[in-house]
Amino acid sequence: MAKSSLQRSKHLLADPKKQLQVLSSGSFSSGALPTFSDRLKGLNAELKTDKLEILQVNLGYMCNQTCAHCHVDAGPDRKEIMSSDTIDKVIDGIKRFRPNTLDLTGGAPEMNPEFQRLVIAAVSLSVKDIIVRSNLTILESNNHYKSYPQFFKENGVHVVSSLPHYSMRTTDRQRGEGVFSKSITALKRLNELGYGRDEHLKLDLVYNPSGAFLPGSEKELEADFKRKLKADFDINFNQLFCITNLPISRFLEYLMATENYEEYMETLVEAFNPSTLSGLMCRNTLSVGYDGRLYDCDFNQMLQIPISGNKRYLADLDSSAYSNRKISVHQHCYGCTAGSGSSCQGSIS
Amino acid sequence: MSNSYYDPKDLKNFKKITDWSEPLGTRFFEYYSKVFEEGALSAREKSLIALAVSHVIKCPYCIDAYTKDGLQRGITEEEMMEAVHAGAAIESGATLVHAVQMMNKHKKLSH
Repeated sequence: MAKSSLQRSKHLLADPKKQLQVLSSGSFSSGALPTFSDRLKGLNAELKTDKLEILQVNLGYMCNQTCAHCHVDAGPDRKEIMSSDTIDKVIDGIKRFRPNTLDLTGGAPEMNPEFQRLVIAAVSLSVKDIIVRSNLTILESNNHYKSYPQFFKENGVHVVSSLPHYSMRTTDRQRGEGVFSKSITALKRLNELGYGRDEHLKLDLVYNPSGAFLPGSEKELEADFKRKLKADFDINFNQLFCITNLPISRFLEYLMATENYEEYMETLVEAFNPSTLSGLMCRNTLSVGYDGRLYDCDFNQMLQIPISGNKRYLADLDSSAYSNRKISVHQHCYGCTAGSGSSCQGSIS
Repeated sequence: MSNSYYDPKDLKNFKKITDWSEPLGTRFFEYYSKVFEEGALSAREKSLIALAVSHVIKCPYCIDAYTKDGLQRGITEEEMMEAVHAGAAIESGATLVHAVQMMNKHKKLSH
């Protein structure tokens, strides 16, 4: 596990421009592999937004963990956090855009002191699905956060939690020593409250591969996770979402440091599946950065690739301007279109 | 032409064996993919068998392929290593069981 963020260690790849340079060079600049944009052109396809369904809000890059593959480069040393003023603008955005889903992410979104205010506002505005992307260990970190599962329950929050594997060794290697045990404790407590057991309290898990390979069948992995977590810990959950690691930030650094980058990109390009294009999350999602800037997805946010057009902040974008907007793409998009596809809700096809 | 007998890139060109014998190559790949489908054994179990056999026949291409396949299926390190030991035990057992032949011959030829 990385001990500090790329930003704190002043790593070259902390700079999104440098990441984009890497993603534009090598096999892509030599023409050995087609750029994502060229791949779309070859299919006469263009990615455009449909109807807004999901408002995904990044509440800040601060996190109690420093996971090896984090695409946000989050960690305890990151201080970027969504301000109270920007949260007001998000609440205003919910009123104007009326999304079905509010997807709260980070860092650890719970670490934003305004987290509960935003959730309560979303409940009062009748957002159907309010998701918190919880790393689980934050819920065990101190007495303050130990009260959050009860808050989630009272507000019908849908909990989506990362758990890379049902084995301690694999999980701790990716997310840090002791993470697995704390995650299991948090999952048991969520189960006791009814999460993963009562129909209205959804608890989903997120699997991402612990290395330079693509996820296998979501259906088969979900069956294995359910069987093992039930047998070993009596834990229940609803769905397993399989997410492909995209070659950005810390995972890009890992790929390069282990000389897996070229082969991984070849794997992604070879696994390109055109049938995933119609189900990509960027077509119905608006990603809001901690500073209120807008992006087509969380990955574009980390690469600082803004949405097309001249309205770059949530406060400036008119709700009617969402649809039929050109989506900004780069080579990392091969991650969401490989094999069965990948989105924040798991496989696409 | 590579200076090595094994080149990892050759695995990606495996399907080219059909270029020189299309019907046999095509039938082989059809058979191969059918074998690894979910059946009386799960695809996960078959992947572990394939990994064990890969080691016994010492095929570097197969070891790469089925290690990656195992990772994608979420197969643990312990499961992979136990599968290899199962293959190794059979292989060493096959060697050692010939010791009975040695002992028989020894008994016949000596006082």
